[in-house]
Amino acid sequence: MLRDITIGQYYPSNSAIHKLDPRVKLFWTLIYIISLFLGQHILIYAIAGLFLFACIRMSKVPVKFILRGLKAVFMLLLFSVIFNIFLTDGEVIFQVWKIKITKEGIYIATAMAVRLVFLIMGSSLMTLTTTPNDLTDGLEKSLGFLKVIRIPVHEISMMMSIALRFIPILIDETDKIMKAQQARGADFETGGIVKKAKAMVPLLVPLFISAIRRAYDLATAMEAKCYRGGEGRTKMKPLKYRKADAVAYAVIFAYLGVMIAVKICFV
Amino acid sequence: MNIVQAKDLTFEYIIRDDEDNIENVKTAVDHVSLDIEQGQFIAILGHNGSGKSTFAKHINALLSPTEGSIWVDGMDTKDADKLWDIRQTAGMVFQNPDNQIIGTIVEEDVGFGPENLGVPTQEIWERVDASLEAVGMTEYRRHSPNKLSGGQKQRVAIAGILAMKPKCIVLDEPTAMLDPNGRKEVIATITKLNREEHVTVILITHYMDEVIGADKVFVMDEGKVVMSGTPREVFSKVEQLKALRLDVPHTTELAFELEKAGIPMKRGILTIPEFTQELMRIRGNK
Repeated sequence: MLRDITIGQYYPSNSAIHKLDPRVKLFWTLIYIISLFLGQHILIYAIAGLFLFACIRMSKVPVKFILRGLKAVFMLLLFSVIFNIFLTDGEVIFQVWKIKITKEGIYIATAMAVRLVFLIMGSSLMTLTTTPNDLTDGLEKSLGFLKVIRIPVHEISMMMSIALRFIPILIDETDKIMKAQQARGADFETGGIVKKAKAMVPLLVPLFISAIRRAYDLATAMEAKCYRGGEGRTKMKPLKYRKADAVAYAVIFAYLGVMIAVKICFV
Repeated sequence: MNIVQAKDLTFEYIIRDDEDNIENVKTAVDHVSLDIEQGQFIAILGHNGSGKSTFAKHINALLSPTEGSIWVDGMDTKDADKLWDIRQTAGMVFQNPDNQIIGTIVEEDVGFGPENLGVPTQEIWERVDASLEAVGMTEYRRHSPNKLSGGQKQRVAIAGILAMKPKCIVLDEPTAMLDPNGRKEVIATITKLNREEHVTVILITHYMDEVIGADKVFVMDEGKVVMSGTPREVFSKVEQLKALRLDVPHTTELAFELEKAGIPMKRGILTIPEFTQELMRIRGNK
């Protein structure tokens, strides 16, 4: 059952978006999120929506996959809509006792929902079209400037990629420990949510011990292979910009330009 | 020149209690002196706790001696400036195949060592290609290490070391967690590397049958080197090995038992063809 969990929800395909440099896609996500907060004019949302759907079409990722990302934030979405509808002051449309719905409330709630949905879809598009490895490489490269203020960017990205490598191993191990405990009568399947959660505790202790032991072994192996941090290290697969990446950057800036123009002219 | 040279090498583990007082000092390696020539296939035998793994970690400068010295290709492991040169000269393969693979794709893991050494990108690719070829894992280069068998993972780990172009590879019980097929794969790979690429191999193990092909065998017990010589010399002393709680290969043992029973078999028979030849000789004499 644990084997079904997929982490790093990459959708393999050969589209132009997949082939872009991860730095471009990270930049795209950042700009896209910023652009969503430019204003609440209908035109801004329309352009953002069109742009997003154009990108999704180009990436050849089924829309179904992108919408799946919304499931996780559904509650958040619901709450923000409810609170905005009922708690915004303004022109009252409908009122029962103390609860009232206002015109402004509906307007803000809709805008908020659309904004959140686009935001999630935009960032899902990035994770769906970038392999976890590319993503950590891209992050390391694009956040390189943080090294100036002594943030260990290389180390953080190394930790991320090692974590990704060990997730399946630890899942396997959890499975094994669970089976070993079930063989001795442990019950993980019946009972309410509290009982199930409690049954997980004896699982965590051996899992942690083994994870720490693995970490120790891995650190020794890395040292033995001359690992000494990011300095003086070369890359087997260095990130290189290609023509398509330049085009993508141009498109992103054009999009941002249009959005700003719309904001200035209409809002 | 000798690739590894140890003189009076001693290593003590200090066991402390909760208040940081020294509770016990355990001597894991006790005045070991030995020389290993470039290009040889060396086996170090010993049962659990004999100090063989601790000794191996000294070759890679993962541990520093309490007393005595060890030189790797003429470099003293206590010399902090030479640390990375030593680790590049003497690569190390560990027991657990899962815990020494860093990359999420086979070829990336093999490239990890050269990346650390600062090798230019183009050359990393050449080294990765050559190393994967040498261990016969080229067709799996784009696979995830999680999908490989134990023997294959261990071969990837060996390729990762090879890509650093070491003069010597130390393998610390590389087959202990593998099934018989995986063990055969790994031993065949390192034997081939020793013969064809002339890499010095130091194999730490407690499986006797892996030792037969070695040029020289050292037997360790309680931190000391108690026996050394060619496999034939070592395995002809069956009683002494048994006293050290070590087994001998089945063929050698059978010949030994036959000799005890009065059949004049010669000592130190290692392989089945040798054994049959010896039996034929005895029958021919009669």
